[in-house]
Amino acid sequence: MIKRKIEEYFFKTLMILATIIVVGSFFLIVGTIFSKGLPYMTLDMVTKVPGGGFYIGKEGGVLNAIIGSLYIAGGATVLGLIISIPVAIYINMYLNNKNFISNLLRTVFDVLFGIPSIVYGAFGFLIMVYFGLRASLLGGTIAVTLLIIPVLVRTLDEVIRTVPGELRDAALSLGATRWEAAKVVLRQIRPGIYTAILLAFGRGIGDVASVLFTAGFSDNIPTSLHEPAATLPLAIFFQLGSPIAEVQGRAYASALILTIVVLIITLLSELLIKKFSKHKIG
Amino acid sequence: MQKIRLLTDKILSKLMLFFTIASVSIVIIIGVGLYYRSRGVLDHASWWQLLSSSVWKPMKGLFGFYPFIMGTLWVTGIAIIIALPLCLLTAFYLSEYAHTRIKKILIPFVNLLSGIPPVIFGVWGVLFIIPLIQDHIAPHFVDFSTGYSVLAGGIVLAIMIFPLIVSIVSEVLRTIPQELKDASLALGATRWETIKKVTFRKALPGIIAATVLAISRAFGETIAVLMVCGNNAVVPHSVFDTGYPLPALIANNYGDMMSIPLYDSALMFAALLLFIIILLFNIISRLILARLERNLVG
Repeated sequence: MIKRKIEEYFFKTLMILATIIVVGSFFLIVGTIFSKGLPYMTLDMVTKVPGGGFYIGKEGGVLNAIIGSLYIAGGATVLGLIISIPVAIYINMYLNNKNFISNLLRTVFDVLFGIPSIVYGAFGFLIMVYFGLRASLLGGTIAVTLLIIPVLVRTLDEVIRTVPGELRDAALSLGATRWEAAKVVLRQIRPGIYTAILLAFGRGIGDVASVLFTAGFSDNIPTSLHEPAATLPLAIFFQLGSPIAEVQGRAYASALILTIVVLIITLLSELLIKKFSKHKIG
Repeated sequence: MQKIRLLTDKILSKLMLFFTIASVSIVIIIGVGLYYRSRGVLDHASWWQLLSSSVWKPMKGLFGFYPFIMGTLWVTGIAIIIALPLCLLTAFYLSEYAHTRIKKILIPFVNLLSGIPPVIFGVWGVLFIIPLIQDHIAPHFVDFSTGYSVLAGGIVLAIMIFPLIVSIVSEVLRTIPQELKDASLALGATRWETIKKVTFRKALPGIIAATVLAISRAFGETIAVLMVCGNNAVVPHSVFDTGYPLPALIANNYGDMMSIPLYDSALMFAALLLFIIILLFNIISRLILARLERNLVG
């Protein structure tokens, strides 16, 4: 009897310890980035592009990379939405919801979601070679779009499925076409669409492997789609590889910027999900 | 009016079908495209030669992927060994023990962890894990280590896959009928005994699916691993050896792959290899998970 009780306590303690490690690792990472990055954080970092001797420790900032990342992640999110909203509607509104085909499609998107970004990057590179494009803003945006389409479709599909079927049926029985019924559903899931946008944007802005081949790198802010563009994660990666302490410090500060951006995005999407489930019908 | 509405519906339906087919066929296009580009190196050597040779001399046209495959396996193996027990215990705690209020506080942090970009994990690995291994762990076991090792890669990867395993296993645990657990508890079993003998057994297929999914995620992770593994094209023999996983190989050499003949083809072969393995793993685990979901509904 006592042995069983000890076993119970032992494993309960073990579980609590494991939970502390898992949740604590988040604080450990964010804490490390903050403590290392803050001393190097200056206004110049976010307001200036790299100056002449930036990579040997002279003045400048990473504005080029911040803008480049915003362009690529933003452009990819817009492109991705244009493709994903129709797909999510098609799976849920035009095909029968419990249909074999719609489930198969869902599985395919799950699988696409699991494909690593380096493969999307390599594939994006193939497309560019095929069309004779150089590493550019356009190339990076295409690769990131491919990467986030599965994120968008999965999230949208999940929110559309939370809408009661009666809503669609009511619209259809009043004589609405399937597209008109879909518009009703789309209005209902608007907070869910925002969540999907945030998740996709967050994934896009933080990813390196997909833009490594496709977007290139540049010290200037790109002014056209065919110019190479710097991205924040790549800037972090390059600066960290430098032997000069000052440049490494800037890598920590850049990492801090990226972490803050991504944390805000994730927090917002968490809040939206909460709000969304509060306003859900039924 | 009526005609226009019906026409709109019809046109949009075709358009949506087109988008759906186009985005789904990306899977096939990626596979075919990568295979097509890796034919150059496949013409010179068979699959088996490429996979089993450990000679990596791009300048001489010799591409042996064995060290890279072993590097990937070491890093992934270490990550799973660390992550799986921790995540299972956490998932069991969160779903069987933790008070709803505690759950509400803890689960958002797991989600936040999953939102952190890979490159940040890499920076953290360099700042925290590398010195830790170099100064505190390695000296107890080996004479000298720079810290850059498959162990460092494994630890960083383990943390990266925490959220994935915890969330999928929690989801699986939710599908287990409360009656089963109640029956066990009512017979006098402790909560741990119920977990061990009832919940765990019932959840086993789901746990396997989560593990397979986590393995495939770890397989393809690039930048974080690249930053902490040392990247030496040698087969690792201990956890303190450097390793050179496949994705890191692709990412590290994109710069000069166009200047050496067959090099780009070899790197595309590496991408194809990753793609095939991860595709298979993903399909297996998704099928298991889909079956579980069906059982729940049925």
